[in-house]
Formats: sequence, structure tokens, C-alpha cells
Amino acid sequence: MDGVDTSITLTVNGREHRLRIDVRSSLLDVLREDLGLTGSKKGCDQGQCGACTVLLDGRRANACLALAVAQDGAEVTTVEGLADGDALSPLQRAFIERDAFQCGYCTPGQLCSATGMLEEAARGWPSAVTGDLTADPDLDETEIRERMSGNLCRCGAYEGIVAAVKEARA
Amino acid sequence: MRPFAYERAATAEEALARCDEETRYLGGGTNLVDLMRLGVERPARLVDVTRLPHDRIEERSSGALRIGAAVRNSDLTAHPAVRRHHPMLVQAVLSGASGQIRNQATVGGNLLQRTRCSYFQDITKPCNKREPGTGCPAIDGEHHNLAILGHSESCVATHPSDMAVALAALDATVLTRGRGGERAIPLADFYRLPGSHPERDTTLEPGELVTAVEVPPLAMPSRYRKVRERASFAFALVSIAAAADVRDGVVRDCRIALGGVAHRPWRARRAEDHLRGRPLTRENLAGAADQELAAAHPLRDNAYKLRLARNLIVRTLLELGERA
Ligand SMILES: Cc1cc2nc3c(=O)[nH]c(=O)nc-3n(C[C@H](O)[C@H](O)[C@H](O)COP(=O)(O)OP(=O)(O)OC[C@H]3O[C@@H](n4cnc5c(N)ncnc54)[C@H](O)[C@@H]3O)c2cc1C
Ligand code: SF4
Ligand code: FES
Ligand code: FES
Repeated sequence: MDGVDTSITLTVNGREHRLRIDVRSSLLDVLREDLGLTGSKKGCDQGQCGACTVLLDGRRANACLALAVAQDGAEVTTVEGLADGDALSPLQRAFIERDAFQCGYCTPGQLCSATGMLEEAARGWPSAVTGDLTADPDLDETEIRERMSGNLCRCGAYEGIVAAVKEARA
Repeated sequence: MRPFAYERAATAEEALARCDEETRYLGGGTNLVDLMRLGVERPARLVDVTRLPHDRIEERSSGALRIGAAVRNSDLTAHPAVRRHHPMLVQAVLSGASGQIRNQATVGGNLLQRTRCSYFQDITKPCNKREPGTGCPAIDGEHHNLAILGHSESCVATHPSDMAVALAALDATVLTRGRGGERAIPLADFYRLPGSHPERDTTLEPGELVTAVEVPPLAMPSRYRKVRERASFAFALVSIAAAADVRDGVVRDCRIALGGVAHRPWRARRAEDHLRGRPLTRENLAGAADQELAAAHPLRDNAYKLRLARNLIVRTLLELGERA
């Protein structure tokens, strides 16, 4: 359509891309359609499932609700960028060891979300179940479940996911 | 989705200058983008206000906190002064949405998020809030999660923000900037009841920009509690933001605001008045709740909210009293 194209620059998994996009595109569509990074999944396209979670300037975010044009200049890490070459991250290894998935559809979002969540907890951010808001939270199972509640798993692999996150926490 | 022009504003003046009837300000987009995809919002232009210099939380000499409108919800809940002084505000924001969405959402956008009434979000249905004069199918339809207080024949929607409920209890002020200059709007005057104009959620003028929220100090223990259909990541059925100063078993002062019951956060002033100076007992709390809820008009399928609200008032205040 005329007049709706625009240019943005995104650094994705360490590589800079100059892109022409439809101004209406979500970050998720740009990652999947324009850059061929199909790890991030489109579950609901409404912020309700977390399958599209990426790290946006270092923080976990739902790529389906982020307008790509508003992210011009941002650094994005997708599930494809979590490993260091062939060396999986500790969290990725823990997901395999703990059987933290069945069909795997939610897994890229779970991995990006947990990566961001562990960073938030390390910085002392509280959650809705944190008792003493002024103390550093202790990342027990209740805390992990609450902090990961933005990521749904239709297969119900929650036991494995919680165990994997527990194992990977610093 | 209708095509739109996208612009980033660097200053409030610039944002105001760009804004016309067909413009929407863009915060994190977590509500607006969703509504644009559904066709509920069809702006011709988006002015991105996340880069305005409104991204800081300042402690004033009065003890008040000034929270910029572009502050992300997660940064608000991580801030040491907010955590120390306003537990109910932190708990309210943390009880809303998900870790991802809170990283994206701004304070301004959270205040101005639209109702989750399912008819409002479905453009194939009539809705007075979306299209004035078309009717309100919720009154005889699906309304189990809608209002019990302050609703009208035109609209029975509730305001979905948890943060706004805590701000109502805190007597916060919304700072704005519009064509007529700057305004400081007490939260109690910021949100509207639907009356015959449910299309207006707030008393903001068209194009008026929210720049910050100011929260005065509060020297009472406080907490936020939310009842919902699952343990996390769901909107409130009923919620409460409460604070109480209890000495020798007597309520010296208290604040109570309810969420999920009305078109705006519902400050329970009658209940507060009833409690001040009275011993903190289950009977007095139930009496206070009944005073407040006497004005309620539940719909066919949401009378359960009366009981929920009553129990929340009793339990939350008792808990606050135990800690005193
Ligand atoms: C799956 C899901 C679950 C959720 N659960 C909850 C929940 O449990 N509790 C809860 O409280 N919320 C919940 N939310 C809503 C969420 O809190 C809001 O979407 C968010 O706070 C909006 O902030 P934003 O910055 O993304 O706003 P945007 O979407 O960018 O904007 C929202 C509105 O505010 C206007 N606006 C933005 N900034 C300004 C400004 N400075 N001045 C004037 N107007 C402005 C915009 O024009 C728009 O109309 C949920 C959302 C989703 C998607
Ligand atoms: S309750 Fe309000 S928002 Fe819902 S359908 Fe009726 S008019 Fe629309
Ligand atoms: S696809 Fe983004 S949250 Fe479901
Ligand atoms: S593993 Fe199938 S949805 Fe989570």
C-alpha cells in the first residue's frame, strides 16, 4: 500500500539490519517475515500467551504488541541468539535436562522470558508474591511461577519449566 | 489495520503540536496496538511519547513522589522509594498483566487503558462507549465481570487498571499539559462515572497529555489485594487498596479504594468515615462495608461481587491491624 512504508534499523542477535517495513508491522512480524527468524512464535497476537517473548534492549517483552516502527534503533535478542555458537546457555541446557517441553511451541518464549526474568530477580526486582518489598527476593518455586505467569504452555510442561528455571538461577 | 503516520516527539510542546482529532499518543502500545488490530481504535497518526523527558521518579522535599508518565510499570515497582513508602502501589502494579507487559507499559498508558468489556472490543456489536447512541448489550448480556456501583443505563463497564485503584487510595494527582496549559487533576476528578457519556473515561480534554502522577506521602501501612479467576495474569473481579493507622485497637485513619466494581476506581469514603475512631473489629468492618455497598446495584449476574468486596474490606483491614 502506498505511503505506509518506512525504514528502521534493528540490531538482532548482534547483527545490524536496515529494513523497509509496513508501518503497521509488529516487531514479531518483522522478525519472522522479514528476517526469517521463526523461533519467536505467534500464539495469540494479543499479549496473552508469551510465545512471542524476546529481549528488547535487554528486557523481556511481547514482540506481538510492540510496533516495529517504535523500536527503531533497538537491540533485540531472540531465541536464536541465546546460545553462544553451538554452546547452549545454562537455561537452555536445563530445559533439555528437565524435560521442560512437549510440543515445544511455547519454548522459545519461555526461554527468552526466563532469561529476562532471572536478570530482573538478580537486580532485586520484587514480584506480586514477594513478602518484604524492601528485601532482595528469594527465587523459590512460588516466585518463579508468579514471575513466569505471562508464558502459557498448552502442553502443561510447567513442572519441568519451573525445575529448569530453578536449576539455572544464579 | 488502518495505515497511520508515526512520529516521535522529543518534548511535550512537540507532542501537543502534532496532536489532532485523529491522533493517539503511543506509550508502550500494549493496549492501543491491541485495540487498533481489533479495529476499535483507528488513528491516522501516532505520536510516540515514550521519549519525552517524563521517564523519571523524583522525590520532592515534601515527601511526595513525582512519577513521570513515561516511566515503565516495571521501573515503578523496582524503585526503592516506591517500595519503601507505598507497598500498595507496588503490589497493585505487580498484580497486573505480566512481567513482559509491565516492561513495555508506561504509567500514562496504564492510567488511560480502556475497559475490557467484551462488547467494547468487538466492533460487530453495538456499544455506547465505542459508538455513542448504539446501545449497551452488556446490561442484558454478558456482564458477570462488570460494575455494581455508579453505573448508568448507558454503560456498566469497569475500569481495568490495578494501579489506578492504589492511586485513588493514595489521593494522587494527575499532572497534564494541554492547549490551555498545565493542570493538576486530583485522581478523584480524573476518572468519570459513565452517566450519559460513557465514551469519555476521564475528564481529560481532547489531546491533553499526561506528564506525571504525583503521590503525596502516606504514613500508614498499606496493601493491595486482588481476587481473580486464576492465581496470576488476569484482570480483577474485585480488588482493594487499603491503608490503616491502628493504635490500641482503634482505627485512627484509613484509606479504602475498590477495583473491578465501577467505571472508575471506587474510593470507599463512606466506609472510611464509618471506621475512623472505631475499634478495628470484624463487626465494625462489616458495618463499614455495608455502608459503602448500600449504594450498589448489582446486575443479573454479578451480585457475587458484593460479597467479595465485603470480605475483601473485612479481611484486608484486619490484616493491616494485626501488623500495627
Ligand atoms: C494480556 C494482558 C493482560 C493485562 N492484565 C492487566 C491487569 O491485570 N491489570 C491491569 O491493570 N492492566 C492489565 N493489562 C493492561 C496493561 O496494564 C495496559 O495495557 C498498559 O498499562 C498500557 O500502557 P501502555 O504504555 O502500553 O499504553 P498504550 O497502549 O500505549 O496506550 C493506552 C492509552 O493511553 C493513551 N496514552 C498513553 N500515554 C499517554 C500520555 N502520556 N498522555 C495521554 N494519553 C496517553 C494512549 O493514547 C492510549 O489511548 C493487561 C494487558 C494485557 C495485554
Ligand atoms: S458496558 Fe459500556 S463498554 Fe460494555 S457494551 Fe455497554 S456501553 Fe459498551
Ligand atoms: S503472541 Fe505475543 S503474547 Fe501471544
Ligand atoms: S511445550 Fe507445548 S505449549 Fe509448551
